[in-house]
Amino acid sequence: MDSRKKTMLLKEKIIKNCMCFCAFFLAGLLVFIIVVILAKGLPALQLSMLVQTPKGGFYTGGEGGILNAIAGSLCIAVGATVIAFFIGIPIVLFINVHAKKHSILAGGIRFTFNVLWGIPSIVYGAFGFTCMVFLGLKASLLAGIMVIALIEIPILARAVDEVLQHVPAELSSAAAGLGATNGEVAWKVIIRQVTPGIITAVLLAFSRGIGDAAAVLFTAGFSDYLPESLLQPVATLPLAIFFQLGSPFPRVQNRAYASALVLTIMVLLISVAARYFSKKLSRHRIENI
Amino acid sequence: MTNSSHINVRNLSVFYNNTPALENISVTVPDKKITVIIGPSGCGKSTLLRSFNRLLETDAGVRLTGEVFVDTEDIYRPGVEPTHIRKKMGLLAQKPCPLPMSIFDNVAFGPRIHGKRNRTHLQAIVRYYLKQASLWEEVKNRLHEPASSLSIGQQQRLCLARGLAVRPEIILGDEPTSALDPHSSRRIEEKFLQLKNKYTIILVTHILRQARRLADYVVFLYCGKLIEHGPVDEVFNHPRQKLTKEYISGTVS
Repeated sequence: MDSRKKTMLLKEKIIKNCMCFCAFFLAGLLVFIIVVILAKGLPALQLSMLVQTPKGGFYTGGEGGILNAIAGSLCIAVGATVIAFFIGIPIVLFINVHAKKHSILAGGIRFTFNVLWGIPSIVYGAFGFTCMVFLGLKASLLAGIMVIALIEIPILARAVDEVLQHVPAELSSAAAGLGATNGEVAWKVIIRQVTPGIITAVLLAFSRGIGDAAAVLFTAGFSDYLPESLLQPVATLPLAIFFQLGSPFPRVQNRAYASALVLTIMVLLISVAARYFSKKLSRHRIENI
Repeated sequence: MTNSSHINVRNLSVFYNNTPALENISVTVPDKKITVIIGPSGCGKSTLLRSFNRLLETDAGVRLTGEVFVDTEDIYRPGVEPTHIRKKMGLLAQKPCPLPMSIFDNVAFGPRIHGKRNRTHLQAIVRYYLKQASLWEEVKNRLHEPASSLSIGQQQRLCLARGLAVRPEIILGDEPTSALDPHSSRRIEEKFLQLKNKYTIILVTHILRQARRLADYVVFLYCGKLIEHGPVDEVFNHPRQKLTKEYISGTVS
């Protein structure tokens, strides 16, 4: 073997090992995060924390729990994801089925998504706050849902668009060839093909929504009570973590880790459930056309 | 048009982004016969076929001049709605493309979108057309399994059943056997020969032996131009054009 070939092979080996290292670094990071949260949060996690709202003095180490934040976060994330779904899905179906795939209109809408996707959530929060002041609203569940929905729409739409763009053109022609209208092609055929992808997209948006702190800071406010009305402020888990972590009391700080553990487990459970359902629903998917 | 044939093409030209793909094609497709469109790759065979049911316009950058009459209706006249034209034709693609649903739902898809809802009626339809496509025996116990679980040859027969279930008068096949193994191809070919008494069948192929086996009428395209068309015996055994002769004998491809 000549020396040039030898150096080539050596280079390849080094680069391959570097890539491998990066992959392990990422996996290690995830494990590290989970270990830290478990180590600090698990001892502080008690059942009472999950089923009680904060009692007086909770934030200085007193009795109570974070049920208010769990419920508030779920309400906001579910509400926002539903809104994002019903706004995002029609848009991407429109640009993929009705508008010509590579038209200026479709390109413009995609560009809009990319820009919206890149806007930091604190900006959405500030925007939402400005709108609320203009409309004379105060921080509330409704405002939180609206702002989180704004954040989720581009996430959901981009993910679904990605899936839709990979739907084979033959599938649409096959259905159109049978005399189906554009609408029937979209809602009766393509939607079935992309259901697993849509579930993944919804999960992605939901996880983003439930974990966002900056946008709900101004818009949803905080409350020690369970959400009762759309027009009252609600607590959220990320803010509960933030407030507890900022406390000078070690006991409260540890509860912040317990709250983080709860949030992580919630996202994990949703992820596992989504995988299960998307597996079930991908039974009919057509592959390799 | 006084001609009563299902499909009549008059001075059809098709451009992709102003590059001509078909130039001034005029041809009448005989009813209840197998017409085979032959020619080398990229000569416009599929384009011509796809112009018959207006699937052509789903491609980007297509422009079309001339007329295509389907049952005396000029289908490219402004305002003509394409779905009822497509309903008159069943299309078999190069590679079978089942819809992402069960075997049963694939066949029932067409009847359903055209308004058939009654469950027992649909069951009868599905059974009838699966039998027509010689697939019933193989799938009768697994109608609710995904269509993608079938072998590729079975999938093509499923696509045939699905196309027949919208009760077309015309069957279009765009090299429908090219992705299949020889055994499955033969079954599809046999099916076409059985169906030609009831349907007007138009096939695209670049396999000359297949054209010889199946065709009653041959249309020969070369580089977007219609070189010759006529009954199979005439085109294959007594071609009038030099190019046809050369193509059939294998001197050009």
